[in-house]
Amino acid sequence: MIITKQKPNLLKYVENYDRIFIIGCGECATVCKTGGEEQVEALSKILGDRVIGKIVIESPCNVKFLKKDLKPSLYEGAKAILALCCGIGAQTIAEFTNKEIIAGLDTLFMGEVGMKGKFYEKCRACGLCILYETGGICPISRCAKKLLNGPCGGMVDEKCEVSNYSKDCAWVLIYKRLKKLGRESELEKIREARDWSTISQPGEITLGD
Amino acid sequence: MKRIFSDFMRALNNNSFVFTSEIEPKKTVNVEGIVNIAKKLKNYVIACNITDNPRAHAYMNSIIASYIIQKEAGMETICHMTVRDRNRLALISDILGAYVLGIRNILAITGDHTTMGDNPSALPVYDLDSTQFIKMVRRMIDEGVDLAGNKINGEIKMHIGAVGNPNANPLEPEIYKVRRKIMAGAEFIQTQIVFDLDKAKRFIEEINAPPPYVLIGIFPCNSYKMADFIDKKIPGISVPAEYKEELRRAEGFKDKINEVNIEYFSEMIKELRKTTRASGVHIMTIKYEDIVCKIIENVKSIMN
Ligand code: SF4
Ligand code: SF4
Repeated sequence: MIITKQKPNLLKYVENYDRIFIIGCGECATVCKTGGEEQVEALSKILGDRVIGKIVIESPCNVKFLKKDLKPSLYEGAKAILALCCGIGAQTIAEFTNKEIIAGLDTLFMGEVGMKGKFYEKCRACGLCILYETGGICPISRCAKKLLNGPCGGMVDEKCEVSNYSKDCAWVLIYKRLKKLGRESELEKIREARDWSTISQPGEITLGD
Repeated sequence: MKRIFSDFMRALNNNSFVFTSEIEPKKTVNVEGIVNIAKKLKNYVIACNITDNPRAHAYMNSIIASYIIQKEAGMETICHMTVRDRNRLALISDILGAYVLGIRNILAITGDHTTMGDNPSALPVYDLDSTQFIKMVRRMIDEGVDLAGNKINGEIKMHIGAVGNPNANPLEPEIYKVRRKIMAGAEFIQTQIVFDLDKAKRFIEEINAPPPYVLIGIFPCNSYKMADFIDKKIPGISVPAEYKEELRRAEGFKDKINEVNIEYFSEMIKELRKTTRASGVHIMTIKYEDIVCKIIENVKSIMN
């Protein structure tokens, strides 16, 4: 899931627009309560008659859904589109509509949806997954220094220096998990310098290639 | 036969009990301060570590500071290099440059996270981690190639070391990591500060790998306040109550504070020498360099 948060100064961004069309997201932003029906409704109330229309698209990051549900007649008269979805959705909408886009959310991370409204970052889309070697715990996203040979000297009593010792050190988690799985030998191996070229350029793939 | 490129490594290799200390370049263009400290320490320690943006504070470049200290104070340096602030391209070029400037010992450091520093908005790099960095330097020295296998023109003759933390809890993952650093080619280990002899002993025993040489980090405190601060505010390090109590009683009397430190750390050093295979101690201080000389003077008898 893509985890988002509403921009704290969201209203400032739309200050100068009088005809606004609001688009929400039926998937991730709904779960995060940042761009679902409720939030679209609430913002629309605040902006009052400056809003010319609104819609929640099933997933605005998917062109197929935009084609199906986002008819030009809906947003044609808008000066700007306020996108309550992640940065991917906002860009897809911008390209699709050719309108001025205001991204109303900050896209935070890809995360697990935990209980009680908690979200945890779990992957950075590094392009070379090593979960198998690390007991199913991702050091790229969960170690603040994305170390492949941790833990670092910042680990104290199983916690990480970066969170002021409130969060678990990913490498202690990895160590414990590997031990439990009887795979200590993984801890004896040096994990070599990795190839970051996988994420140092814009990604693009074609199904079937 | 082991190839030796520095006085520091020669001393370790001779099984001498070795003393090193540490100098921190600051956010300044004035080098007088660090050169003077180096001159003071010169006759007591074999080499001095020069820190690289410690605690993620942006200070004078450690390679340049090392060069200046070697040139102006005649003190050999162990130049810290953290992988936090530069990618592998910059690390490779810095190793080449450091060698040309006469630096013969490098200490590979992960580096405190950028968010803990004085420019907390900085992007942390960590392209390589310290283990991978050590392995890269090893190959630059031994095989004359960089990480991607590109040939280096000329030979690099230097030593690479690593850091270890005897205070780590749990200790086992730390030990695994230190062993990997040794496997990667670290020739010496300098540790985080330890006050507790048993922790130092256990760390040395657990590593249980062929040399590298282990230098245990110690930190004489120049006041009770300092010891109390470390005890309470520096995560993971505890200061023994007896030592703190003695400092408290000596508070306000510089000579007495010195005496407490000389006694406490001489005893610890003697014990380390007698009962462990530690190769030496790494003495760190804050605005208290004099004590480094005094402690070493006092324990000279155990050096050979
Ligand atoms: S290693 Fe981590 S960041 Fe990379 S793909 Fe796997 S989970 Fe994602
Ligand atoms: S303490 Fe653990 S999680 Fe935090 S940076 Fe170090 S190795 Fe990574």
